[in-house]
Amino acid sequence: MHAFKYHRPSSVNDAAALAKGEAKLLAGGQTLVQTMKLRLASPSDIVDLGSIKDLAGIKSDGKTVTIGAMTRHADVAHSADVKKAIPALAALAGMIGDRQVRAMGTIGGSLANNDPAADYPAAVLGLGATVVTNKRKLSPDEFFKGLFTTALGAGEIITAVSFPVPKRAAYTKFKNPASRFAIVGVFVADFGTGGKDSARVAVTGAGPGVFRQADMEKALAAKFAPESVAGIKQKADGLNTDLHASAEYRAHLVTVMAKRAVAAAIK
Amino acid sequence: MGAPLIGARVERKEDYRFLTGAGQYTDDVELPRQSHAAFVRSPHAHAIIKKISLGKAKAAAGVLAIYTGEDFAAAKLGGLPCGWLITDVNGQPMKEPPHPCLAQGKVRYVGDHVAIVIAETVEQARDAAELVEVDYQVLPAVVDGAKARAKGAPQLHEIAPDNTCYVWAIGDKAVTDAAFAKAAHVTKLEFINNRLVPNAIEPRSAIGSYSRADDSYTLYVASQNPHVERLLMTAFVMGLPEHKVRVVAGDVGGGFGSKIYLYAEDVAVTWAAKQLNRPVKWTSDRSEAFLSDAHGRDHHTVAEMAMDKDGRFLGMRVRTTANIGAYLSTFASCVPTILYATLLAGQYKTPVIHCEVTAVFTNTTPVDAYRGAGRPEATYVVERLVETAAREMKLDPAEIRRRNFITEFPYQTPVALQYDIGNYNATMDAAQKLADVSGFSNRKEQSIKNGKLRGLGYAAYIEACGIAPSAIAGSLGARAGLFEAGEVRVHPTGSVTVFTGSHSHGQGHETTFAQVVADRLGMPIENVDIVHGDTSKVLFGMGTYGSRSIAVGGTAIVKALDKIVAKGKKIAAHLMEAAESDVEFDRGVYKVAGTDKQKMFGEVAFAAYVPHNYPHDKLEPGLNENAFYDPSNFTFPAGTYVCEVEVDPETGSVKVDRFTAVDDFGKIINPMIVEGQVHGGLTQGIGQALLEGCRYDDATGQLLTGSFMDYCMPRASDIPSYQVDTRETPCTHNPLGVKGCGEAGAIGAPAAFINAMTDALGVKDMPMPATPQAVWQVLKNKKAA
Repeated sequence: MHAFKYHRPSSVNDAAALAKGEAKLLAGGQTLVQTMKLRLASPSDIVDLGSIKDLAGIKSDGKTVTIGAMTRHADVAHSADVKKAIPALAALAGMIGDRQVRAMGTIGGSLANNDPAADYPAAVLGLGATVVTNKRKLSPDEFFKGLFTTALGAGEIITAVSFPVPKRAAYTKFKNPASRFAIVGVFVADFGTGGKDSARVAVTGAGPGVFRQADMEKALAAKFAPESVAGIKQKADGLNTDLHASAEYRAHLVTVMAKRAVAAAIK
Repeated sequence: MGAPLIGARVERKEDYRFLTGAGQYTDDVELPRQSHAAFVRSPHAHAIIKKISLGKAKAAAGVLAIYTGEDFAAAKLGGLPCGWLITDVNGQPMKEPPHPCLAQGKVRYVGDHVAIVIAETVEQARDAAELVEVDYQVLPAVVDGAKARAKGAPQLHEIAPDNTCYVWAIGDKAVTDAAFAKAAHVTKLEFINNRLVPNAIEPRSAIGSYSRADDSYTLYVASQNPHVERLLMTAFVMGLPEHKVRVVAGDVGGGFGSKIYLYAEDVAVTWAAKQLNRPVKWTSDRSEAFLSDAHGRDHHTVAEMAMDKDGRFLGMRVRTTANIGAYLSTFASCVPTILYATLLAGQYKTPVIHCEVTAVFTNTTPVDAYRGAGRPEATYVVERLVETAAREMKLDPAEIRRRNFITEFPYQTPVALQYDIGNYNATMDAAQKLADVSGFSNRKEQSIKNGKLRGLGYAAYIEACGIAPSAIAGSLGARAGLFEAGEVRVHPTGSVTVFTGSHSHGQGHETTFAQVVADRLGMPIENVDIVHGDTSKVLFGMGTYGSRSIAVGGTAIVKALDKIVAKGKKIAAHLMEAAESDVEFDRGVYKVAGTDKQKMFGEVAFAAYVPHNYPHDKLEPGLNENAFYDPSNFTFPAGTYVCEVEVDPETGSVKVDRFTAVDDFGKIINPMIVEGQVHGGLTQGIGQALLEGCRYDDATGQLLTGSFMDYCMPRASDIPSYQVDTRETPCTHNPLGVKGCGEAGAIGAPAAFINAMTDALGVKDMPMPATPQAVWQVLKNKKAA
């Protein structure tokens, strides 16, 4: 690891002021610290968000679940409020990485990093959540900008994420056996409103960034059942190919995982 | 006299220190004025070094010295030697290209050593290593063994045309071909035995130190065989007298073969320690380990079995290309030959076998022995062929094995080995029962109802362990003996310290060996300590690999115990005023036969050290004996494994649902430790077949699976709760009747697993590792066919 200056501000404003130039914000550190240890990243300054009060915590009012940016995956996974309101979200948090990662990693850190195989982006897009920063509120379509890219500007810090409570939802993940990131993860949600956005299907791991599967959403809006999506084929064009999965295999898995997610949601 | 200890499930003596963090691994050693090293490694698979500029790096904070290949050449340091000479089919010695510790003008794999940077701290050394500027002229690279022999392939070494180290063969080709000519059926398979990265939990580590006071060196190193390391380093590389070098391999956190070898880093820190007159420490990180620890396996094989109409084996033909990486590692040459082709008879009476092996250099990390070393590859060949033959001939896979089992011993195979003892039907019977093979069809029906596929596969493996009779090894090209040494030191008050040339890096010798000694001497196990891993304490040793510790190292201790007991008998006879021939010894008590006279072992030991009443005219005082033991044959552990898998055809995911192992390890000293060894071995075998696969980029030679993000190690959730049992035919040629158990699981598991997979999928072959994508692809191809 290269040398760096360490800061531990006590407010979001102070943190934002420090987050300049080659400085990096440190949330749970589950990506950044590893990258630094491998000497692949060498930030001049580390701005640790761990001491800022009110950045962590979960609030639920029946219609919305709001999760502070510094809330750890394990806390979301074990939260009685989240389990009650959006069990799929608690289950998703419980599937991230391993026990150590879940104990340290945060929702804000995961979203800001926007790894194409991360889990949380699927929930944010699949539920149409709102990403709250120190400057504004962003819809998922506004927030996610593709491979490791988001709409976050300089000095902009995620403070919380608000998830609308669906009628039912589920997340199924086909794990990379080695890293346990998603080769394909599909989050399905049914808001039971009928029409556009009644059903949402968000796919992570398969492409360069999380995306919605419009054909499946349409079919599920008409009838929220596994057979509605079982015959819908995802195009392989533009999907990722790596050691572990070809684009063609990923495309196939999108259908399988979507079908299983719907089956799990209606159970 | 205590309770019998041989065969007891004694808890491991060493676990207290491991579980409480009190172990002393090499990286735990901190020497005064210690400095730290980092290595500059090649980022290219194949390149000429045009120029190395050290200016910026030397000026960096904390830097003490930087050495390159030029410095090593000027100091006349030799290259790393290979410990086994293979003679090729034309009677010529294998090609042994130079294997410099630091590159001499050319790098040949990603991770190859270019320079050592030494600084006050680890971080300073690493910072400075990044500042070393190397001007490379990148050359085309080749990483695949078969492609390396093709016309126009990049050439690694001038002295090895076509990148060929040797073409070696065993068996009678003409007779084998004749057997195939009259076969009723021939089964043929072509497959790759995948390359593996060993990944011991403790990365390699080395600290060199030097004493001006007596011009001596001490090397602390994570090694499986400190005496061998010292011998190779002093005699072949550094030109130092052995008595001026001490090698200490204290606690070592796993080896699996990868810590047998003499590595460039070990030499570099030892040599640099004298230049700087300061200790120099290097500890690998995981990324370096992926690049620089010797890899395992990597065979491309075409194998055929000829049978008569009843499925009796008539002959076997095998052609293997073994990718040995960029240089010859310490024992690389014997793994795909002596440790491989000699095992191709398996448990069967196959009368004729011919095997040809071509060893090839490629732009990859050197390949050497990895848990099983040649024997997993051989078992995979034999057991994949046998299972496939059974299916092709519509025979029960267990039945075809039984028809061909060797049942009379000793048995001379057509590939050099002579099996002393075994009972293959016994392990097969037990395995079938324990695995509930008869209930398989019901379980399969249930799986089909759930939309899953289910398959069952066997592997009836054999291995040659207790390595090795030195004379035989020597005739086959070994450049070292393969005996073992042991010393039993009885202290005046009767407790015992045992020094062994075997080395424990997880195997539990401190318990198993202590059980052997305490049982014989009739004392509590707490009174016996086992010392290993230090050339200044242990008289000599060949180390631990090839499941040799109890069979060879344990026997050396027994031989030393025999001498202790015999001398004690003379002392006891004197004390009891009896004739020596009338004195009997049984687990701690000397008795005069037919009388109630007796002396405890402790009393005899005391008399040996306080010899007031002592036969000084006939006997020296003291009670300390050592012994060297060279085995008269290999040992032949064998067993039957049954694997049952369930496959999700929609995703290609595989669940190893049941795994049964029935092994014959001969006599067992500690069943709990043996079970642990079997569990670990099975998990590594399943790891190879299901999860692990080392991959290089064909074009650039970059390692694609360079971390745990891409290289999948087995986790507890990937394996079932194993069902294990043993059957026992004691080894005929060592006093304990033991055979060894360390590698069996890794040897038998891959074939059993893939046989289960091919059964489940209804296909002839399933490449390893059976990743979800690979399984899905195989099913897709089958559907398309």
